[in-house]
Amino acid sequence: MRTVRAADIAPQTYRWSIEARNLTVKAGRHQAVNGLDLSLGIGVHGLLGANGAGKTTLMRCLATVIQPAGGELSLLGAEVSRGSRLRGIRRDLGYLPQAFGYYPRFTVREFVEYVAWLKETPAQDIPGAVQRAVERVGLEAKADAKMKSLSGGMLRRAGIAQAIVNDPAVLLLDEPTVGLDPEQRLDFRDLLRTLGVESCLLVSTHLVEDVAAACTDVVMIHEGRTAWTGTPEELAAAGADSAPGDSPTERGYATVLGRYREQAVR
Amino acid sequence: MTHPAPSLIARYATGDRGVDDATVWALEAHLESCAGCRSGLAAALAPDLHGLLDRASVGIDAAIGGGPAPVPVSRGRRLTTTARLWPWPVSAVVLVLMALGLDRVYPQMPSLVMLLAPVVPLIPVAAVWSRPLDPAWELTSSAPRGGLWLLLRRTLAMMLALLPVLTVAGLLTGHSPAVWLLPALALTAGSLLGGPLVGGVDRAAVALGVIWAAAVVVPSLQTRHAPAVLTAGSQIWWALVTAALVAVLGAQLRHRGDFSH
Repeated sequence: MRTVRAADIAPQTYRWSIEARNLTVKAGRHQAVNGLDLSLGIGVHGLLGANGAGKTTLMRCLATVIQPAGGELSLLGAEVSRGSRLRGIRRDLGYLPQAFGYYPRFTVREFVEYVAWLKETPAQDIPGAVQRAVERVGLEAKADAKMKSLSGGMLRRAGIAQAIVNDPAVLLLDEPTVGLDPEQRLDFRDLLRTLGVESCLLVSTHLVEDVAAACTDVVMIHEGRTAWTGTPEELAAAGADSAPGDSPTERGYATVLGRYREQAVR
Repeated sequence: MTHPAPSLIARYATGDRGVDDATVWALEAHLESCAGCRSGLAAALAPDLHGLLDRASVGIDAAIGGGPAPVPVSRGRRLTTTARLWPWPVSAVVLVLMALGLDRVYPQMPSLVMLLAPVVPLIPVAAVWSRPLDPAWELTSSAPRGGLWLLLRRTLAMMLALLPVLTVAGLLTGHSPAVWLLPALALTAGSLLGGPLVGGVDRAAVALGVIWAAAVVVPSLQTRHAPAVLTAGSQIWWALVTAALVAVLGAQLRHRGDFSH
C-alpha cells in the first residue's frame, strides 16, 4: 500500500505539468521539434502526428533524455535547460520509449524492480510498487518469466509497468498500443483513463481511434510545430464529409492536417 | 475530570441521531484523551465487534497464506544489470592473460602486462556507458539515479572486478601495482570526464586507449625499453594528474547538470 507523503498533499505551485514555449529540439543535426508551444495539465493528452512529425523527439526531450536546443521548457514547474538539476523532476516522471530497450535475461519483475530502483523508490516500497504496476497492466501471470520469452504485446505491457511503477506525475508513453491485441487495447484505454485522473499523461500515437476513445484532449503536431489542439469531439466535428477516413475522428484528422498544411504553404 | 455517562457513550457508539453536535464534539474531544472511556466505547459498540475483527483477521491471514509468496528483492541483479556487459570485462581479462603469456615467451621484451595494465580497465568502462551496448539507455538517462552517479557505480564495479586480476598478473611478471595503478586510475577518470566533451564515455575511452597505444606501447616495443611514463620516478606526476581529475569529477558531481548524453 502506498503511503501519503508530505509532497503528495502539498499544493502545486505551477499551472501546467508540461509547459513549452517556442521549444526546439534537435535529432542529430535535424531540427525535429521547431518552435513548439504546449501547455498540458492533468488528464490524458493524445499526441497525434504523421511519421517524422517530431513526436518521438518531443517525447525524448520531455523525458529529459535529450536537452532542448532552444526555447523554454518546464516540467512540474521546474525549468529544464542545459545544466539544470533534473533529479527531482525525474523521480516523478514515467517514460515508455518508442524503442523500448530491456535486458533480455531479466524477468519482468526484476526489470520493473530495477527501474523502480533507478527512480529512487524507497527500498521497502519497491516489492509492493512492482507488484501493483505489474497487476495494473495485467501481467501478473508472467511476472517471473524472462523478458526475452515475452510476446510483443506483453513486452509493451511490461514497458508500461516500468513507466508507472513510481506513480509518476508526468507519464510519457510513446506508441504504447503497438502490438496490443484488440482486447488489450480496450483494457489499456481503461488504464489510461484511471491514470489520467491524477497525473498528466501524454500518449503519442498514430492510431486516431485510440485518441478518440481514451484522451481528454488532442495535440496534433506537424513538422515540429503544434498544428492543432482541441478535444476529440472537436476533432471529430472538424471533419469534412469529403475528407478521407473511415470514422469521424479520422476525417477530422485529415481535414485539420490538410488545412494546416495549406496555411503553412501560404 | 468529569467523564461522560456510559449511556451517552452507548448512544454515541450506536450512532443515535438524538445526540446534538455540540455534545458529540465534546465527547470526541474527551475520548481522544481518556483511555478509560475509549474502552467503554469499544464495549458499547456492537457486541460482536471483536468477533467480527477476529473473523476479518483470520480471513486476511488465509488470503495472504493462499496467495503467492512474497518475492525477495534481488539486489545482486543491479550490479549485473550490466549482465549483457560481461563479455567486456571477460575480454579484458583474456587480454591480460595473453599479455602474461607473451611476457613468459619473450622475457627480453618490455612487459606487455605492464604496458597494457593502465588501459585494460578502459575496455569495460567504455562498455558500461555506451548507447549501442545498453539496450535500456533511454530509461537510465531519464531516471533520477541515472547520470554520473550510475556511471561511477558501474565503473567502480568493473574496476573492482579487474584490478585483482591485473594485480596478480603484474606480480607474476614482477611489477608491483604501484607502477600501473595510478596511470590506470588517471586514464579511467580521464575517459569519464572526457565523455561529455567528445560525445560519449565510450568514445573518450577508445580515444585514450588509441593515444596510449600510439604514444607508449608501440614506441616501447620498438625501442625495447620500458617507457618513461611507467617508471617509479613518473609516479608523482601520475598522482598529481589523478588527484586533479578526481577533484574535477567530484566538482562535477555537485555542479554539473543532469543531462548525461
